Amino acid sequence: MSDVVRVEELCRTFRTGAIEVQAVRGVSFSIEEGAMVAIMGPSGSGKTTLMNMLGCLDRPTGGHYFLGGDDVAKKSDDALAAIRNRRIGFIFQNYNLLPALNALENVELPLVYRGMAAGERHLVATQVLAEVGLGELISFRPYELSGGQQQRVGIARALAGKPNLLLADEPTGNLDSASGEEILNLFLALNAAGRTVIIVTHDEQVALHCERIIRLKDGAVLSDRPVAADSRRMRGDLGTRAVVQ
Amino acid sequence: MRVVESLRMAWRALRGNRMRAALTMLGIIIGVAAVIALITAGQAATSSVTSSIQALGSNLISVSPVRTSGTVLYPQDASWLLQVVPQIKADAPLIEASVTAAYQSSSWSTVVIGTTPAALTIEGRTLAAGRFISSQDVSASRNVAVLGQTVAQNLFPARNPLRQTISVNGNPFTVIGVLQATGGAFGANADNVIIVPINAAEWVAGTTELTGIEAEARSAAIAPLAVAQITAVLNHRFASTNAATVISQDQILSTLSTITGTLTLMLGGIAGISLLVGGVGIMNIMLVTVSERTREIGLRKAMGASRRAILTQFLIESSLLSLAGGMIGVLVGVSLSLLLTHLLGAGSVPISAVLLALGFSLVVGIVFGIWPAANASRLDPVQALYQS
Repeated sequence: MSDVVRVEELCRTFRTGAIEVQAVRGVSFSIEEGAMVAIMGPSGSGKTTLMNMLGCLDRPTGGHYFLGGDDVAKKSDDALAAIRNRRIGFIFQNYNLLPALNALENVELPLVYRGMAAGERHLVATQVLAEVGLGELISFRPYELSGGQQQRVGIARALAGKPNLLLADEPTGNLDSASGEEILNLFLALNAAGRTVIIVTHDEQVALHCERIIRLKDGAVLSDRPVAADSRRMRGDLGTRAVVQ
Repeated sequence: MRVVESLRMAWRALRGNRMRAALTMLGIIIGVAAVIALITAGQAATSSVTSSIQALGSNLISVSPVRTSGTVLYPQDASWLLQVVPQIKADAPLIEASVTAAYQSSSWSTVVIGTTPAALTIEGRTLAAGRFISSQDVSASRNVAVLGQTVAQNLFPARNPLRQTISVNGNPFTVIGVLQATGGAFGANADNVIIVPINAAEWVAGTTELTGIEAEARSAAIAPLAVAQITAVLNHRFASTNAATVISQDQILSTLSTITGTLTLMLGGIAGISLLVGGVGIMNIMLVTVSERTREIGLRKAMGASRRAILTQFLIESSLLSLAGGMIGVLVGVSLSLLLTHLLGAGSVPISAVLLALGFSLVVGIVFGIWPAANASRLDPVQALYQS
């Protein structure tokens, strides 16, 4: 299978006056299509900086980042915006839903910036919300939903644009264990349906659901190993939630 | 992204902050209303002044001796001027004096004008009652008086003034006529006068020197020539370069309309400043809005909003704010203007002022919205998204 993500000697240096901080120093790996990978590391290890670059929110100061074969390091701001809009689905720890909009309108957001007509947008967003199990709650505002439900809206929003890559930053970090488990199952189901998923986390239990764990320390790759089949959590109950591609 | 989408977002954002939106609009409302109302007032003043000057009779030329040049004119000089200047068809000498007129217990401060019968047609006035002074009145030096409307109403509020005797600075005058009102403007009340035969005025004023001569040109086209000719003969006679101030009604009109035009411009300008201040208010609130919504902007960018989409969103929001304020301002301004024109009895609401104010308010919204909107569009998505 082809690589969705390939990074070569990726670096990111922050400069504040005379002080230079190397947040990411020479990271290389590739992730093939349909993979489910965890990026782990203690705080300060550079995992958020790495994720921002993988998500095209930030540009590397050195090295290359190929997303589906394109070197995105040299793209303009608006070209990166278009890439974020069409090829990447973000899921945030704090959901980042707009409080003034209801669930449906939040999910429509990436489609709005794609110039999709309102009728088509409603249709797509309604369908995706049904896929994540929120078909009944489309007109609810974020504050009327539980944390788990809000994260489902966040996932639906990431899925709405049919991206190649789902990028989740501590997706279960703000949730209790039961809701966290549900969200993880949703990710597993999405992955089983063929999505490439990258989860940034510091939670071993979450990482153990993935096929592969990339561990970072001080901005460099400490280890990059597949998760042993026996230590991997069972993915058996995935079929219970149908995920329409 | 579509403009309709931006409009919808802007509308939601404004509705979410109704009080703030209303207060921000207030600056624009006041500015636009003030521009419209003040321009209307200025134009009403112009038309009122113009019509009262025009009421003085067409082709009127006024001659005032310049005393510092040694020019002194006497009543007989009026007939001399008529002979030496062929471009005028009639003229009348004037002696003016401020006086107190009294009838029984009421008294009134006014101006006595001593002149000859020709003044009636030169000034283009008509009588409301009685007759004007005649040549016999002048030659016999009779103490007869023709009252302007204001004087008649104040001395004789409840009776016919004709054939009554009034006292003008202690001299008895018999009222023979009352003039039709011409309408005054801004203190220059052409109806607050008493017209008497010229020789009678000499007594009241205590001098035979003329205040001036008024002449009527043969036609409006020839008036400038008449002005030049009068100036020339007076300068020649008094061996001066500045013997008299000679101005035609046209010149008075154009001078006055320049003054009132400047006044209108100034009033509009002052009102425009308040519109500008309203614009600064919009900029202020848009900057606050952008910094409050930094996270939202970051998220929208993460979802693929281009710089332009963010710029458009905030620009439309500020434009909507100022345009809505502008429209309400037009309603308020037009209502005020209608009230004003009704009270002044002159002028109309100028459409150009309405369009100008509305256009200006939109420009203000865009101009003062650009900086905050550009700030928003330039935000770095990472910094915006992780700002707490």
